Amino acid sequence: MLTQSTNIMEEDYTFNHKHILGLEQLSANDITFLLKTAESFKEISTRQIKKVPALRGRTVINLFFEPSTRTKLSFEVAAKRMSADTFNISASTSSLKKGETLIDTARNLAAMNPDIIILRHSYSGSPGLLARHIKASVINAGDGTHEHPSQGLLDLMTVQEAKGTIKGLKVAIIGDIAHSRVAHSNIIGFSKLGADIFVAGPATLIPPGVNQMGATTCKTIAEAIDGADVVMTLRIQMERQSESLFPSVREYANHFGITPQVMRLAKPEAIIMHPGPINRGVELSPELADGPRSVIMNQVTNGVAIRMALLYSIMGGGES
Amino acid sequence: MKNTLLLNGRIIDPANNIDATGSILIEQGLINKVFLSPPPASVLEQCEVIDVSDKWIVPGLIDMHVHLREPGQEYKETIASGCKAAASGGFTGVACMPNTTPVNDGQEITSFILAKAAEAGHCRVYPVGAISKKSSGSELSEFGELKQAGCVALSDDGLPVMDSQLMRRALEYSGNHDTLLISHSEEMPLSANGAMNEGALSTSLGLRGIPHVAEEIMIYRDIALACYVGRPIHIAHISTRESVDLIRRAKAKGCQVTTETTPHYFTLTEEAVGDYDTHAKMNPPLRNSDDRLAIQEGLADGTIDAIATDHAPHADMEKDVEFDLAANGIIGLETSVPLSLALVRDNIISPSQFVELLAVNPARILKLNAGTLSPGTPADITVIDPGKTFTYSKESIVSKSKNSPFVDLNLQGKAILTILAGKPTYSERD
Ligand SMILES: [Zn+2]
Repeated sequence: MLTQSTNIMEEDYTFNHKHILGLEQLSANDITFLLKTAESFKEISTRQIKKVPALRGRTVINLFFEPSTRTKLSFEVAAKRMSADTFNISASTSSLKKGETLIDTARNLAAMNPDIIILRHSYSGSPGLLARHIKASVINAGDGTHEHPSQGLLDLMTVQEAKGTIKGLKVAIIGDIAHSRVAHSNIIGFSKLGADIFVAGPATLIPPGVNQMGATTCKTIAEAIDGADVVMTLRIQMERQSESLFPSVREYANHFGITPQVMRLAKPEAIIMHPGPINRGVELSPELADGPRSVIMNQVTNGVAIRMALLYSIMGGGES
Repeated sequence: MKNTLLLNGRIIDPANNIDATGSILIEQGLINKVFLSPPPASVLEQCEVIDVSDKWIVPGLIDMHVHLREPGQEYKETIASGCKAAASGGFTGVACMPNTTPVNDGQEITSFILAKAAEAGHCRVYPVGAISKKSSGSELSEFGELKQAGCVALSDDGLPVMDSQLMRRALEYSGNHDTLLISHSEEMPLSANGAMNEGALSTSLGLRGIPHVAEEIMIYRDIALACYVGRPIHIAHISTRESVDLIRRAKAKGCQVTTETTPHYFTLTEEAVGDYDTHAKMNPPLRNSDDRLAIQEGLADGTIDAIATDHAPHADMEKDVEFDLAANGIIGLETSVPLSLALVRDNIISPSQFVELLAVNPARILKLNAGTLSPGTPADITVIDPGKTFTYSKESIVSKSKNSPFVDLNLQGKAILTILAGKPTYSERD
């Protein structure tokens, strides 16, 4: 089953990455390969016995320095479905003292001889730092405001399923682009596969140089959503208000929240996405979040399949 | 003691308008005579003769902005190790910033630094005292005491003075003691928590940016205040195009402003951050290629008076961490000469300008009896081989810390003999 799926690719293609640090490092071919591999894994989750032996005997560590429920659970489920031995280590970043952080942890983990470390960390670039200090493969499960590659891939997979293709789609990403690693990975991933990305939000939350990443900046959300195939809105962090990045939640909801009214500007068959957890009534109206155009639950389902594909691919497709 | 003769070098002494082949006679630690024609046989016979054919003989180089870390952070650098690094980089004098632990805000620390430096003996050390007590930005330190103890200037480098009223008072009061203020100009609320230059690259790396305006706004404030109260000011380590422009315009208007930049700002850009390389993390941050070009233009047209290194030693454990947590700064004493000579090779500055930037002007700005090869002055002399190539390997670094983005690069141009008051402090002669 799995070998077949890889044969869909060009003949001389091989997935050749030891670590998954970001979508930046992956080619369009790599991404297409991962999406196809994930499609084939998705079927496993519908079986009665949801387990394949692909990673039997492998050790996977979930190393989370930031609170996370869904991403951690999703990776854990994915690793278990691949029959890997999985361990969860959570540490609050606040308890870590400067100078004795990630590298000390890496040294301790090395003693356990893990094959894969899945890292969530509040500092950008930390997965690369870990990768330089440990023999295991490292998967970035979200680093600071840098990237969240597995989320980017599952979003691509969800859109591909809904639309049949990525190329040529108009994708609107609305909200806090500056602090969103999800937005960064999506901008990179969608542009690599040929979509046109439009971003909008409070100008305080649109980072400099976002155009160089492949997105077009719009002044209003209406402009971004006009004719869109995909509307993705991002979680707004309430604490940004105290940094004067937006005046109030009410003002944000009124001007940057996705409502049925503004969705009329999108294509009739446009889908709505959100990386979760949603502030219903702030960045997204409840009726849209739970309505027929929402693919938010598909995102969650695809998350497990994508993460299975990532674990499988960096282990060389199951060969030992 | 036998006299020394530096024979047949290219003497570059802009203060005396000399750029010619010649020889220098050193006697009793002083420059005795400069020969621009072959010295008489009688002189040759009486001297230890050092043949420096094809080498440059220049006034001892002065780095007006270094961090020697002692007292308080001796694991990064000591006055002795920093001075030894300075000598091996061709320097005979360094001005050390006050952000030690405790801060150099009184005569006790200043005297301690001078005593340690005298004990080490590799290099002259010119302490810079703090503008405010503990550099906390709230009360002026005792300028008179600091000056009497031997401080050549005052600065709250690293912890810049945010309060404009305090800065104004400091500038006013500096007149009573004829002390120079050196400003690390940075509008902290704009740069807060920033890790690199703000722009497309900081966005794509997910690192918080430091906008170039954070530097420029404060440079403008500092120049405006200095002009208003009619006092000189020296702006430290400028890194942006607009900073160069602000200073160029202020000089044209007759303000008493001087400035320095560092080799990393005219050599590197923010691209050096690459894959979160913490050896490219400093404050101000590396900027873009247009800024780098503007810095080079400022050096070429004389807007920028001095090249200083902002030598900032840090231990490996302070750099081998997440980028956000990494300490700011790099060491620079042993790479300043080759990196600055690259500007000469690229025809951006002349050999004379090189000497002005690294010796003449730092001495003038800090009012030091140095920076010339005039007979009668202390024989602080640097002999440079502009053609010598070497690999800047970690093992070869003299400084106690090894935090440099230039490690393992092949560099060209090197001090091969450093002479302090007539005695060699560094020598590569066989
Ligand atoms: Zn500084």
